Amino acid sequence: MNSLTKEGICPMYSPKIIEHFQNPRKAGKIPDADGIATIAEGCGDIFRFYVKIRNNRLEKVGYEVKGCPVAIACCSMTATLAEGKSLADAMMITNEVVEKALGGLPPEKKHCSNLAADALYEAIQDYLYKRALAGNTAPAASGDDWRYMYLPRDVPDSKGNRR
Amino acid sequence: MIYLDHAATTPLHPEVAAVMYDVMQKCYGNPSTTYTIGREARELLENARKQVADLICAQPEEIIFTSGGTESDFLALWGVVCSHKEQGSKKGRGSHIITSSIEHHAVLNNSANLAKYLDCTVTYLPVDGDGLIDPADVKQAIRSDTTLISIMHANNEIGTIEPIEEIASIAREEGVPFHIDAVQTVGHIPVDVNKLGVDLLSLSGHKFYGPKGVGALYVRQGTPFTSLLQGGGQERGYRSGTENLPGIVGLGKAAVIAQRDMEKEQQRLEKLRDALIKGIEEQIPGARLNGHRTKRLPHNVNFAFPNIEGESLLLGLDLQGIAVSSGSACSTGSEEPSHVLRALGGLPDQYLNGAIRMTLGRSNTEEDITTVIEALATLVKKLNQLFSS
Repeated sequence: MNSLTKEGICPMYSPKIIEHFQNPRKAGKIPDADGIATIAEGCGDIFRFYVKIRNNRLEKVGYEVKGCPVAIACCSMTATLAEGKSLADAMMITNEVVEKALGGLPPEKKHCSNLAADALYEAIQDYLYKRALAGNTAPAASGDDWRYMYLPRDVPDSKGNRR
Repeated sequence: MIYLDHAATTPLHPEVAAVMYDVMQKCYGNPSTTYTIGREARELLENARKQVADLICAQPEEIIFTSGGTESDFLALWGVVCSHKEQGSKKGRGSHIITSSIEHHAVLNNSANLAKYLDCTVTYLPVDGDGLIDPADVKQAIRSDTTLISIMHANNEIGTIEPIEEIASIAREEGVPFHIDAVQTVGHIPVDVNKLGVDLLSLSGHKFYGPKGVGALYVRQGTPFTSLLQGGGQERGYRSGTENLPGIVGLGKAAVIAQRDMEKEQQRLEKLRDALIKGIEEQIPGARLNGHRTKRLPHNVNFAFPNIEGESLLLGLDLQGIAVSSGSACSTGSEEPSHVLRALGGLPDQYLNGAIRMTLGRSNTEEDITTVIEALATLVKKLNQLFSS
């Protein structure tokens, strides 16, 4: 489908983007979610992620999305990659990981439509924050590292990025 | 495939393709030469000029062939402003131009360039919720140094047809040349430059089943206008460059066909358009028609849906073999919603990115309309489920 196009010349959707847009995985809200976060982009896109956590694992990931096909595909891919993973592993899923998993994104979509992983990260943060508020900040199990605890927003994340 | 983007471009009419092929194969002569094949080419050129003139009730000598709508708009705006060169004239450099906030970018950006390079001041008139310009606003905006008024005949996105006759009579009273961008109307609804009372008019071949890369600018005799493209002096000096004869002959043929079939086709499309509008309004809750309900191009349907992005509708329909256009400029690489939708005061924010335009044409049938309504209703429902609040 995009054999005639090169990145930067004619933006196109990869077959994976189209597939995930047509059949979004794990879409929908989780009513009894442990963590929720919303990222609203200036151009009107909205990403809202829900996480259900058991034994420091993402038992269930859900989302609501308002946006273009790329935004929808990014949510679907992020949820697919994250569900079942440990909190630590799930927090390593970045927007770049999602982009790669989808086989690349049209260049002009990178900044505005690829925010699903950020929303997932924030949803996990929401859970950790709530847990910290409940006075349960200690590592929950052996092998837990700093990522398990609530991270204040001004602390760089695991990639060194400030949010 | 169901093609519903005839405002973007139309397929070449087979009769047009046939005459173009003929010219390409047999008539390579340069119309500026005087031996036999040159004279033959000249005859074809002038014949096409007459055909195009007839379509808009103009005189052949008032037609300048161009490369399309964009060039016609460019020549009109710059040609009128640059025609005033006397020192101390209130027109020309540093003068005033009136246009609207919903124009095609060919007019908007050329106006902006006239402001940038020739210190012109530009007034962008507002529109009402249906996209209509108030002629009283035009009257009020005119100043002693107003050089040109440029308003589109019908809007390419929302299909609203502007009150050109009323604006023209104001322009005439005040002695200001009046240009219309009629790219969306010529060949689809009757356009008579004398009845409308306009001084300049842009048209484009590929919008009415003619070839791409060819259009025309009508300039009424006596209108202040100067040539910008200098060279061999073709088109009476107003647009140099060896003529695109196959394209021009194709444009002429398209004009003849449009004139021949217009009445019937216009009625047929209006019926299909109204059926499409009715079906969407009945079956899709929250759907909002953009543009005027009756003062509307016979083939234009534009709807916005809350909390859905037009680009997702576009791709969703495309995957089912239906080609439409998205009102959101996001798909073209810019993040801004359409300047036209934004100019329609009162369109709630959640609708701004969710517009799609469906423009009908010769190939569309009643069956297509039923298919499209059903596909769209299903798709909107599916996308709505992705976002509930």
